[in-house]
Amino acid sequence: MAKPQITIVGSGVAGLCLAAELAERGMVFRLFDRHGRPAEHGCSWWAGGMLAPFCESETAEEPVVRLGQEAADWWQRHNVDVKRNGSLVLALGRDAGELDRFARRTSQHEWVDEDGVAALEPDLAGRARRGLFFATEAHLSPRDALTCLVGELKSRDIPIETANWLDFSDNDNVAGAPSPISKIDCRGLSAADALTDLRGVKGEMLMIRSADIRLSRPVRLLHPRIPIYLVPRGEGVFMLGATQIESSNRNGATVRSVLELLSAAYALHPALGEAEILEIGVDARPAFPDNLPRIRRRGDRLYVNGLFRHGFLLAPAMARMAADYLFSGQIPEVMDENFN
Amino acid sequence: MNSFYGVKLPTAFMLGTANYPSPAILDAAFRQSQASVATVSVRREAAGARAGEGFWRLIRELGVQVLPNTAGCHTASEAVTTAHMARELFDTNWIKLEVIGHSDSLQPDPFGLVEAATILCRDGFKVFPYTTEDLVLADRLLDAGCEVLMPWGAPIGTGLGLINPYGLRSLRAQYPHVPMVIDAGLGLPSQAAQAMEMGFDAVLLNTAVAKAGDPVAMACAFAKAIKAGQLAKTADPMEPRDMAEPSTPLIGKAFLQ
Repeated sequence: MAKPQITIVGSGVAGLCLAAELAERGMVFRLFDRHGRPAEHGCSWWAGGMLAPFCESETAEEPVVRLGQEAADWWQRHNVDVKRNGSLVLALGRDAGELDRFARRTSQHEWVDEDGVAALEPDLAGRARRGLFFATEAHLSPRDALTCLVGELKSRDIPIETANWLDFSDNDNVAGAPSPISKIDCRGLSAADALTDLRGVKGEMLMIRSADIRLSRPVRLLHPRIPIYLVPRGEGVFMLGATQIESSNRNGATVRSVLELLSAAYALHPALGEAEILEIGVDARPAFPDNLPRIRRRGDRLYVNGLFRHGFLLAPAMARMAADYLFSGQIPEVMDENFN
Repeated sequence: MNSFYGVKLPTAFMLGTANYPSPAILDAAFRQSQASVATVSVRREAAGARAGEGFWRLIRELGVQVLPNTAGCHTASEAVTTAHMARELFDTNWIKLEVIGHSDSLQPDPFGLVEAATILCRDGFKVFPYTTEDLVLADRLLDAGCEVLMPWGAPIGTGLGLINPYGLRSLRAQYPHVPMVIDAGLGLPSQAAQAMEMGFDAVLLNTAVAKAGDPVAMACAFAKAIKAGQLAKTADPMEPRDMAEPSTPLIGKAFLQ
């Protein structure tokens, strides 16, 4: 076996997707993570797992919508359980006008009336007079998806080794002679030490379990101040998210945020008031000023970062582009620095 | 235009920094509209360990006057604490003082507002109080040491425009030399023009721009409307009349048939 020339650091969704893509294409490399596995220390752990490029176009720019359309097929190809049941968007009572705004700014949806909502999600019968159904969207369980990729890599004899980026930062040749890429940094917000325009956007979420409510697809509830979504994880478990706060604080969900998330869920269906709170999660998403992802080359390093709230949606396309660059030198459309 | 605590602003457009699709769009909105003041809310959770620094750096780089605000504070003491944090973070003693009294309408709490304004003016802040069009409250705020007033157009985020033009005109007429900013409730540029035509000194808004489909274009539209209203005010508009008055004289007109 060839001696690995390349190391990838970070086993969040960006690092694992890239590792899976490179392994699939036959590259030999080593993969490191500071905890040796995807877990609570990375924001992928707390993600919603919606593969919803068209809903995201409410605020996200064109590349997110286009690149995000690769995601569902990629995940499925890697044996992840992708549920292709679409997304449902609702607004309650006096916020109904939000739905018209959402419809104007998105595409690939159809209007459904009260009966249509009930047909899609019987447990939400009578809760909303109309909604928007995005039939082509999908969702997955982030933790299961990450675990699935770890298993795939393991079956190819690629373990995740435990080490910090700092362990590799000696003997750097950033400004020196042209050198082949030897390190790929997929550390998310931890890479802000090198990527100075990277900032954290705090997100808070909950995992709840309801004995009464079952959903087949992610449901977004629009609200001018507190939009939420519920992503079903099966067996009555839901991910309830998420706040978006300009802060790199990675711990400590506030009372206010949790209160607002839970109140919105309760407004969607009072039966959710009986749900059990399983977890309260918080982390900060890595984002560049335009909230679009980047691939950057600096000497022997390649940075893949800035996936913001679109980790599971964009990591497959980022992996494809980074792999194309490594194998054929093709410049990724998201590359804004290329010093070698 | 009146000056604000001795500062003559290049434009009468003040713009908030929350809820944009991305900081890059926020930046473009400021640069293209030439808004001259950026309000930024300071959350206590983001201030601890300067966790909001990534975003605040972007605000400072806008190169405009920063006006931190105490958004989301429901008591005078919360607002005072937040104001002190903001002064450290942004190195300015300007503070937009918001003390919310009603969580549904986000209507200011007049009592908490006067209490916090008194403390902050004493502590050397240049206070911009978010208030209603109430004359008595205005009087108390000026007594407390405020030299600027920020009456609402309508409740925050409603986009309803100037819902009490009579009250706002009275306030303007009562204190002609107090700099006043119409803050909150504007949805359309025409409403901003109306505020400037009434003689207000500046307009502050956020949601109408941030939540527009094209925030940069909407910011530019507001900037133009504010300039138009300002220019109209200085041009001394005609008084409305009940009766039609032809703009060409009738006498001497040729008879046709």
